[in-house]
Amino acid sequence: MNLSPSEFKSNARRAVHDQHLREKIKKATGTSLVKRAEVVGEIPEWEELRQEGHDRRKEVIDNLDRYIRTFTGTARDRGMIVHYAGTHDDATKIIYDIIRRTSVDTVVKSKSMITEELHLNAMLETNGIRVIETDLGEYIIQLAGETPSHITAPALHKSKEDIARLFQEKLNIPYTDDPVKLTAVARERLRKEFLNARVGISGVNFACADTGTLTIIENEANARLCTVLPDLHIAVMSIDKIIPSIDDLPLFLKLLPRSASGQRMTSYVSMINGPRSHHNPDGPRQVHVVMLNGGRLQLAKHPAWKESLYCIRCGACMNVCPVYQSVGGHAYGAVYPGPIGAVVTPTLFDMKEARELPFASSLCGACTDICPVKIDLHHHLLLERREIVDRGYKPFTEKIAMSVWRWFMLSPARFELAGRIGWVLQKILGKKLPLPGWTPQRQAPAIAAKSFRSLMKGDSKK
Amino acid sequence: MRTPHLFVPCIVDQLYPATGLAALKLLKKLGCDPQYNSQQTCCGQPAYNAGYRDDAHIVAERFMQLFSSAEEIVSLSGSCATMIKVFYKQMDLSPSLRNIAHEIGGKTYEITDYIVNQLGITDIGVSYNGRVAYHDSCHIMRELRIVDEPRTLLQSVEGLKLIELDLADRCCGFGGLFASKFPDISTAMGEDKLASIQRAEVDIVVGCDNSCLMQLQGLADKRGMNLRTKHIVEFLGDLL
Repeated sequence: MNLSPSEFKSNARRAVHDQHLREKIKKATGTSLVKRAEVVGEIPEWEELRQEGHDRRKEVIDNLDRYIRTFTGTARDRGMIVHYAGTHDDATKIIYDIIRRTSVDTVVKSKSMITEELHLNAMLETNGIRVIETDLGEYIIQLAGETPSHITAPALHKSKEDIARLFQEKLNIPYTDDPVKLTAVARERLRKEFLNARVGISGVNFACADTGTLTIIENEANARLCTVLPDLHIAVMSIDKIIPSIDDLPLFLKLLPRSASGQRMTSYVSMINGPRSHHNPDGPRQVHVVMLNGGRLQLAKHPAWKESLYCIRCGACMNVCPVYQSVGGHAYGAVYPGPIGAVVTPTLFDMKEARELPFASSLCGACTDICPVKIDLHHHLLLERREIVDRGYKPFTEKIAMSVWRWFMLSPARFELAGRIGWVLQKILGKKLPLPGWTPQRQAPAIAAKSFRSLMKGDSKK
Repeated sequence: MRTPHLFVPCIVDQLYPATGLAALKLLKKLGCDPQYNSQQTCCGQPAYNAGYRDDAHIVAERFMQLFSSAEEIVSLSGSCATMIKVFYKQMDLSPSLRNIAHEIGGKTYEITDYIVNQLGITDIGVSYNGRVAYHDSCHIMRELRIVDEPRTLLQSVEGLKLIELDLADRCCGFGGLFASKFPDISTAMGEDKLASIQRAEVDIVVGCDNSCLMQLQGLADKRGMNLRTKHIVEFLGDLL
């Protein structure tokens, strides 16, 4: 796979023809959807909760400057050291500087999509710092030297046999595809790293503006170990992770785990309120919060596209998307795959490079229906298509084709003529009449000997 | 007597005229006097979905002017009905045209919606002996939220056994120009749908959009798979 969204078409073609990959993705996403439907079905007021979630996220994104200031203040009052990073480079530099001052050569890390955005691991490793991913899925793809193919299930594209072979090769253990044994191996290795770690890096699910509380949800306790065992904790988040109040947490803790993994609640919910103190003798000596803007403040001002910042990163839109199910996450060549990825990659990163992504959708709308904060995902794709066309990122031939189409559609006589030319060609060439993009895969439909309009004409003459 | 104006989408006109004829027959049978304006062409959706707003607006504007005096418009495609009812309102139109768009959206109906909710008819009094699956097209299902109407009409056909497809709410992979821009992905999606249809063991798949049925039929024919598809009005009209 080529890691650029500009290669989506060729990546997707390769992925679609990998039957093994398709089966794995279908199985994993299918299981998630069934589990989600079960636990969502238990909540009769689910639709109201989605709307509430939408409204609370909108409140933050509409007033992002103010919420950043409030959160920064409350987090500092809690004794956390808050850093604001304007760009991705600023963020990696800040994180590296914090680590450099400790003179450690190893950090433990829990799952964070923002650190994927920053390509943090590669940067730290170039600078001689070993990064240990401690989420099992992330640990697997780190061993494999890959990137996550899903935002909540990073190793979704791997079967247990794939993982068995990987562990055999990279960890020098005898082959076993027993998930319990494989997990035990990872657990044993990671436990040692946790006990020796002096710096832990984590992501953040929700940052409460009114209390400065950082909330992290997970199932493996690795994030908790990363954030309480080391002497120093670096929490990395983007500015849109803020929610207005700790009172909003129950709402989002209902929406997120159910949508993400089909769980009523994750096994662990950590609420971090600062470093250790007289009252709180446990936890790290220092807590740093690195807040990344990375184009989000600007996006928050766009009347339509700001909605993509409401996302709480559950991944349900990926699970339900028939395109994602067919090609998997890597084909997108972007940090964020699936519908939300197709929406944010052009607007947050590079529209020209990601120009194919908004078009790679049948606009079926399943993503919009499943989104726990009601982001109008598929209509956003439509809006971005317009923008991409307006900016001239589509081939000139397509523009010509559209003008020709319009010319035919502005006159019933011309439209009928086009149909009749097609009919004649089909009569002469039969099944050999090639329709690019259609006939290699499908039989062409037969053009009728008489169109409806000509039948009606004959009718009225009678 | 109600005089609904038929909107016969471009692919129905040139590829599936039998659907149009069946609609006339059905509406007449149900006590209407259906009208047809032969000046009509397209609603503009292909350009709209492709992001070419100017081309879409010009074709859409022509449609709106042409149909503005119609009392009721009945569309033979759920997707084209969506264009008229949902997307026209989202276009950057002049204020006067925006009024027309709102007005036209309010009086346009997808045909099963028209029969069940406007005419109040759920049973057209025909019989069919066999297993039938209904294919939910995405626009009619998610944009118009028309899910029960076509099923109601099918269920009241005497002897007909309506079979629900597993993964019924999954897209068939057509998606307009998507089908030819991303044929590999579109085909993969269609293959999943065909597999689901095969599991259902039905005689025929009935839907409210010929475009989706064209995708499924085309894929099945290429693979030598035995599949019959029909637009719902054609299916019902043939039973009259």
